Amino acid sequence: MTALVEVKGLDKAFGGVHAVEGVSFSVEAGQVYSVIGPNGAGKTTLFNLITGLYTPTKGEIRLNGESTAKLEPNQLAERGMCRTFQQMQICMNMTAIENVMLGRHLQLKSNLFTTLFRLPSLRHNEEAARKRAAELMEYVGCGDYLGAEASAMSYGALKRLEIARALAAEPKVILLDEPAAGLNAVETAALEELIRKIAQQGITVMLVEHDMKLVMGISDRLLVLNYGRVLAEGTPEEIRQNPDVIAAYLGG
Amino acid sequence: MLNRFMQSRLQGLVVLTLILIILPAFLSNPFHYELATQIAILAATVVGLNLLVGFAGQISLGHAGFFGLGAYFSGIATGTYGWPSVPALVAGAIIVGIIAWIVGRPILRLKGHYLSMATLAVGFIIAIILNNERAITGGPDGMPVPAFEVFGWELSPFGTYSLFGLEISGVQAWYMFSSVILLLAVWFALNLIQSPIGRALRSVKGSEVAASVVGVDTAKYKSLVFVISAIYASLMGGLYAHFQGFITPAIASFEFSILFITMVVLGGMGSTFGVILGAVVLKLLPQVLADFQDLEHVMFGLILMLTMIFMPKGLLPTLTAAVSKRIRKKTGGEA
Amino acid sequence: MLAEFLQYLFTGVTIGATYALIALGFTLIYNASHVINFAQGEFLMIGGMATVSLTAMGVPMVIAIVLAITLAGVLGIALQRFAIAPAKQADVVTLIIITIGASIFIRGIAQLVWGKEYHVMQNFSSDEPIRVFGAVLNSQSLWVLGIGAVVVVALVLFFTKTLIGKAILATSMNKEAARLVGIRTQMVLMLAFMVSALLGSVAGIVVAPITFTSYDIGIILGLKGFVAAAIGGLGSGVGAVVGGLALGIVEAMAAGYISSDYKDAVAFSMILLVLFFMPRGLFGAKVVERV
Repeated sequence: MTALVEVKGLDKAFGGVHAVEGVSFSVEAGQVYSVIGPNGAGKTTLFNLITGLYTPTKGEIRLNGESTAKLEPNQLAERGMCRTFQQMQICMNMTAIENVMLGRHLQLKSNLFTTLFRLPSLRHNEEAARKRAAELMEYVGCGDYLGAEASAMSYGALKRLEIARALAAEPKVILLDEPAAGLNAVETAALEELIRKIAQQGITVMLVEHDMKLVMGISDRLLVLNYGRVLAEGTPEEIRQNPDVIAAYLGG
Repeated sequence: MLNRFMQSRLQGLVVLTLILIILPAFLSNPFHYELATQIAILAATVVGLNLLVGFAGQISLGHAGFFGLGAYFSGIATGTYGWPSVPALVAGAIIVGIIAWIVGRPILRLKGHYLSMATLAVGFIIAIILNNERAITGGPDGMPVPAFEVFGWELSPFGTYSLFGLEISGVQAWYMFSSVILLLAVWFALNLIQSPIGRALRSVKGSEVAASVVGVDTAKYKSLVFVISAIYASLMGGLYAHFQGFITPAIASFEFSILFITMVVLGGMGSTFGVILGAVVLKLLPQVLADFQDLEHVMFGLILMLTMIFMPKGLLPTLTAAVSKRIRKKTGGEA
Repeated sequence: MLAEFLQYLFTGVTIGATYALIALGFTLIYNASHVINFAQGEFLMIGGMATVSLTAMGVPMVIAIVLAITLAGVLGIALQRFAIAPAKQADVVTLIIITIGASIFIRGIAQLVWGKEYHVMQNFSSDEPIRVFGAVLNSQSLWVLGIGAVVVVALVLFFTKTLIGKAILATSMNKEAARLVGIRTQMVLMLAFMVSALLGSVAGIVVAPITFTSYDIGIILGLKGFVAAAIGGLGSGVGAVVGGLALGIVEAMAAGYISSDYKDAVAFSMILLVLFFMPRGLFGAKVVERV
């Protein structure tokens, strides 16, 4: 079985600084795979590389066996990769549900002619998309905001809205960048539940997270980064017992 | 509440239709009709420009270039080569669309002030060409444009026509025609905005990265909306040329581009009905200020500055927000 | 041949030095506040027009120049204080419209005071042209270049040696951080607009004897300055100078060898060409978008 996401010898340098250096790992389909490490370890940079926002200085990333080197983020989305951001990227000029409907973009093939004349086929598809978006908002737990402007939503709700948007694209793999940051204990528990539900659907989840309790509880495998390099890789149990990790991170 | 109402598709369109029907009761002479027609055409242009600026968040300081190209294409095709008006308009729009697509691809990679610089440059180059190619365009002195005609039937501001037995003047006929055009322009714009394409456009403004990671090809959509707004400008430029009967390169000038973008920003970026209000205000303001003679420009500049400082979101969004706030206070409810 | 080339070169470098000064004005304000000031050209106009009218009233030229520059400086401060500062959270486009409103306002007042006619300003020194290998060099060109060079050196010293200059740089890099270390950022912004206005007016004054001056001269010169700043890369001082000189020279050569009708088109084609290949100009800062 080939890995869904495969990273080999990945390098990214800004100026002379290596944010990510010689990183290799692979994620099997259906796993919850977490990337942890102290601030500045290169976790978000790694996500930006995988999702095509940054171009690697060296190394290779494969999605479903295909090299992503020449692919733009939107082409990666077409191939089933979607993500959320540590610094949320919500379109504040739209309503909450429109943000989620934006996630349906790839499923909604529309041409200019049907759009300009608002032909029945378009209206039909739009209604279906709106219904699906509403379901997803309920699913992630922002059902209260169905009629709201995105700008009127709380921080925690926006974080869930971003997940709903990513799910709307029907991804094979979803990358969540610090979804628990800024959430309280209750919200974090709900988030953990949500991630489990997503994984049970068969969607591969990649996670960058600081909340160790959350990460250790739900991950199948973990990657520990330190100063841009891989410190350790393995199951939560292996990571917990890895002396390097204990010394550099958990113990510190 | 009111905000919602103004934004919802059909209600806004109904209100606009009613205004356009009732308005003639207040228009007492041909000059008023002329102004109203000009406003309708300019408003339709900025409805198109607003798709680019207000919804997709891309600045253009050169849109008069496309407006001027459309006007000159219509003028030259019908005047010099004897084409019928409608094919000339359509052909002009196609050519301008292609030009916009060709220059748009590289330009729209630019961001912020670099984009405004580049669009400004494109507009300037078009204006300079129109000014200098005297053999074709008549140069700075301008050129006459034949009346608009459809199937041999001529629509001239100086003619008289009968409609359902009523005798109407040429400017009145033009007013009706341009009103229909404006309504169509608005209808198309509203349809576009509230569609998957429209969402993709707005997401480019909201967050380009977010758009790209859910599969929106942002470069493609930026080009698309740039072309659409250029086509709007070209078509309206062509109509404007026919209505005016005479055009000069001034309609492609930097000043005209600034006028267009100011209509959008003053009226309210991202508000289709707001930018129409912007067109009304900016076209009427000089008429009102003309009484101040020497002070005209001083007043105009001052009003522009003050409005933008105190209503940075534009006239209509600010007004509707104020009114709905008051309504909320009166009813005492939260929603 | 050589004479012709030299002639175009002299013209280009002279006007290019003026563009460079205007571009530096744009750069200064852009760096301090990320505003593109479309009223920048009006500082030029004010400088030239005030000097002309004051000398016509019998004020000695040196004093007239000092007064004109002071007037422009006050105007710069007023622009920041009353038009830019109140519009804190405004969009980029909104700010552009505000500065355009300001430029229409200033131009309107200039038209009231000075009328619509062209005004001629006398050369700073002798009207006797200098001949170099058959080409004619207007003595005023030397003034333009000399003063341009002095201004550039003064600016460099200002930003590297004085506390105020460093405060402006700090504010441009990080406004919040600058405020935290005790820099009064609002003062700094006003100062940036003032210095920018001074630069503009100096450019307007030195070039006035060559181009003549009128109430609306600021529009096109201001835009050319913006083009120069963008060619060099917004925010780069070196870029502004290089961009200005390059623009002036290319424009003069094109006007001489190709067609003077398309002189202005050359400037705008040049900026498009530069931006096609270098989206941030020649010396513009590279930024990594953080998400």
